[in-house]
Amino acid sequence: MKQFLTFVKKEFAHVLRDRKTMVILFGLPIVQILIFGFALSNEVKNSKIVIADYAKDNISQELIAKIEASQYFEIEKSLMRQGEIEAAFKTGKIKMAIVFPENFGHDLMHDNKSQLQVILDATDPNQATTLTNYISSVVADYQMELNKTNAAPLQILPETRMLYNPQLKGAHNFVPGVMALVLMLVCVMMTAISIVREKEIGTMEILLVSPFKPILVVLSKAVPYLILSLVNVISILLLSVFVLDLPVNGSVLLLIAESTLFIITSLSLGLLISVRTQSQQVAMLISLMGMLLPTLLFSGFMFPIENMPLPLQIISNAVPAKWYYIIVKNIMIKGLGFASIWKETLILLGITLFLTTVAIKNFKIRLA
Amino acid sequence: MEVVIKTDKLTKRFGDFVAANEITFEVSKGEIFGFLGANGAGKTTAMRMLCGLSIPSSGEATIAGFDVYKQTEQIKRNIGYMSQKFSLYEDLTVVENIQFFGGIYGLSDKTLKSKSEELINQLGLQSETKKLVGSLPLGWKQKLSFSVAVLHEPKIVFLDEPTGGVDPVTRRQFWDLIYEAAEKGITIFVTTHYMDEAEYCNRISIMVDGRIKALDTPGNLKKQFSAGSMDEVFYELARGAKRGD
Amino acid sequence: MRTLRFLLRKEFGQIFRNKAIVAMILVVPVVQLLILPLAANYEVKNINLAIVDNDHSTYSQKLVSKITASGYFKLTGYNASFNEALELIESDQADLILEIPSDFEKNLVREDYQKIFLAVNAINGVKAGVGGSYIGSIIRDFNSDIRFEQISIPKVSTTPVIEIVPSNWFNVHMNYRNFMVPGILAVLLTMIGGYLSALNIVKEKEIGTIEQINVTPIKKHHFILGKLIPFWVLGLIVFTLGLIVSWLVYGIKPEGSLLLLYCFIAIYLLAVLGFGLLISTFTDTQQQAMFIAFFFMMIFILMSGLFTSIDSMPEWAKMIAKLNPVTYMIDVMRMIILKGSGFDDIKFHLLKVAGFAVLLNSWAILKYQKSA
Repeated sequence: MKQFLTFVKKEFAHVLRDRKTMVILFGLPIVQILIFGFALSNEVKNSKIVIADYAKDNISQELIAKIEASQYFEIEKSLMRQGEIEAAFKTGKIKMAIVFPENFGHDLMHDNKSQLQVILDATDPNQATTLTNYISSVVADYQMELNKTNAAPLQILPETRMLYNPQLKGAHNFVPGVMALVLMLVCVMMTAISIVREKEIGTMEILLVSPFKPILVVLSKAVPYLILSLVNVISILLLSVFVLDLPVNGSVLLLIAESTLFIITSLSLGLLISVRTQSQQVAMLISLMGMLLPTLLFSGFMFPIENMPLPLQIISNAVPAKWYYIIVKNIMIKGLGFASIWKETLILLGITLFLTTVAIKNFKIRLA
Repeated sequence: MEVVIKTDKLTKRFGDFVAANEITFEVSKGEIFGFLGANGAGKTTAMRMLCGLSIPSSGEATIAGFDVYKQTEQIKRNIGYMSQKFSLYEDLTVVENIQFFGGIYGLSDKTLKSKSEELINQLGLQSETKKLVGSLPLGWKQKLSFSVAVLHEPKIVFLDEPTGGVDPVTRRQFWDLIYEAAEKGITIFVTTHYMDEAEYCNRISIMVDGRIKALDTPGNLKKQFSAGSMDEVFYELARGAKRGD
Repeated sequence: MRTLRFLLRKEFGQIFRNKAIVAMILVVPVVQLLILPLAANYEVKNINLAIVDNDHSTYSQKLVSKITASGYFKLTGYNASFNEALELIESDQADLILEIPSDFEKNLVREDYQKIFLAVNAINGVKAGVGGSYIGSIIRDFNSDIRFEQISIPKVSTTPVIEIVPSNWFNVHMNYRNFMVPGILAVLLTMIGGYLSALNIVKEKEIGTIEQINVTPIKKHHFILGKLIPFWVLGLIVFTLGLIVSWLVYGIKPEGSLLLLYCFIAIYLLAVLGFGLLISTFTDTQQQAMFIAFFFMMIFILMSGLFTSIDSMPEWAKMIAKLNPVTYMIDVMRMIILKGSGFDDIKFHLLKVAGFAVLLNSWAILKYQKSA
């Protein structure tokens, strides 16, 4: 045990002395939280649109005023012709154009029917759909106002309650994802590179020649990153509670226990990579391209898994981050207990055991 | 004799630490000059200043007639350099390395072709030309490194512990190459730990704690210190050293 | 000039011998282009819905069938109580609960209005919002349906109706892939260019061969050019590969000028490579370089408008996005490929990216010292 601690102390020294990497190690989660928490949003707002009013009558003016008041858009009023609209879209400056035809008000009053032309830049389909929905609801509201005299009978009024996240803040979705991402990255990449680096330089041989079991040598490399990752988890939680106003609804202890499990999973993955690669460059490539992207994609926090084609959904089951993400969401945001996540925990445990066994087996083969 | 290296109180400080202290000496053309000293004595620091890799803190020096502060690029055009660790690219072939370094120093395509053939034949590497340098044994790498360093017939070639880890036969062959180069008029500035190699030099200097404590021919030094070998001379001078082992 | 030729020969020789790099350049982008767009799909479909129908009347049944027929929702629960349905939300089997109160039909007819209850799992704001608005519009439709049934339909509509006629330009089929693929290609290019160039100089530093270079008369700018050009060429190759894959697999053909696109990419690559080079002048080990490059790359990619729109960012974030070359790249990719934008449309983008290229590369050259 004492020998093991000697190794661990040495590893800590290595890690702590690399100032530049340390800064990034701790800065990473902070920056991610700030970005995800404050800068990124799936809401569609402040979209620039153009309104071309060829009718210029009371009705069109009223409707336009209503559109402005809705605060959904940033509006530029301009009498563009079709060709100009197309050009404006091509510069990427506007996302939607609303055209009131000449007889708008007239047709509405006399035929009770009028058409509003809405042109959308559908490059981003979701944005286009949302903008269409916005304008539809403004128009529908306006219609209701016009019809006030004929009170519509049989009104069904939906009353909506938003669960867990009444203000529709993105943070609830992102923070658990950020945790998974950062932990995965640090544990897998840093561990793998650190071990491979010693192989490259040649000092690994020296360590292996020492009277200590080789596996202890390798494990000692993982320990500093385990501790650092726990520090990261705690700092993310603190940030999330105090800066993002996102409280931990469930048991903090359970959360930390599960995080430790996930950290160990990632460390074993890093171990496996390091055993199979000979150069730092390759280790880095595999960690980044091979681990980071799948985690980003298949954990479910950036893109919904159920939208993916079936084969990808199946692959996502092998990504540890996916299970961890569910666990964190359940504990942190839904405030649920172990009963709700025992299945996922078991799966994570299984993956960890599998990875560790394969890694150790491979390690022994390399030595022999 | 033409003086190719001239230094006057050349000094390099790192903060409070004076790595090289008022180094003053001269080297003539065609000389084989041995630059000795214990580890930490300041040899590498001094040599780096002479190569233009490090700007001195104070003092003066001219290399091949060029000033070591203001004309480092001209210096570089006129010198060759071989470090013990890595002179050639291990992931390029023998031929590719020769072509690269020859080309960098401005050899024309024709000259390059003839010189590289000459080099390969001289070293007996005909069957290894397409092999990656990394796969060659250490001794061959060293010999090749040296030959590449003098390919462009520089005025001076700086060798930093060139024969480390190499067997005695290969070392002998290496010094044959050095002699040939010296005969062509190339000045050799070599640092080494091997005291027997010190005997091969025209003159040597010994650095202790950042200063030059001795500078003369090997014969004169042995007489001066009543020593039977350069080993003893070195031991006499270096044992009082505060820096190094 | 000759020096450059020799430098380039050396660099290319080293690169092509390095299997890892070759794999990265050829295989990784292709694989990612195949997988990423399939996964990166923000379309909202298959929303899991649990219905609690306390009324079991004709109206409630009709509403339920209308909702399920819409195709937006998957009915995963038809429960007796709200609490049962809530359990489905807790286990992520349902995203929304629709609760129809008892005596819904009776009260609607008697009092002319009735409330209907929706509970939405709002953790995923997008899903919640879109799901809510889908249900909202279905309920509205249903509402007008039953109104027309109750009241005899007059020959001419008595209430004014404004009909919205939407046309979707540039991406007529509202295909999310068309939106994501150009952006992903831009990001891939950025990552590969940035990492490879960052690692390259640092590797020479770490191994020690850089000293050999410093001792030769190779000029600083030649050296840096020698590092830039091979990766620049490779970047263009990767881009071409990417375009071919986009065309063959996704049917995306650039609407605008290919020449313009390549011109922009050429300049953009210089900026990205310059960034990588700059990082390598600041770091000593490959591990550091990789990590720092990753850190900045991640910020750039997240703030570039690839996944989320820049318009919806707060002012301070928008400013960061404006200082981000990736933002311009993604914009230009989408503009030229999907909308056929021309030189005039992107000239400011070009200028800004060129500015970045000049700034970053000059900084790298200045910082690189042959003599310490």
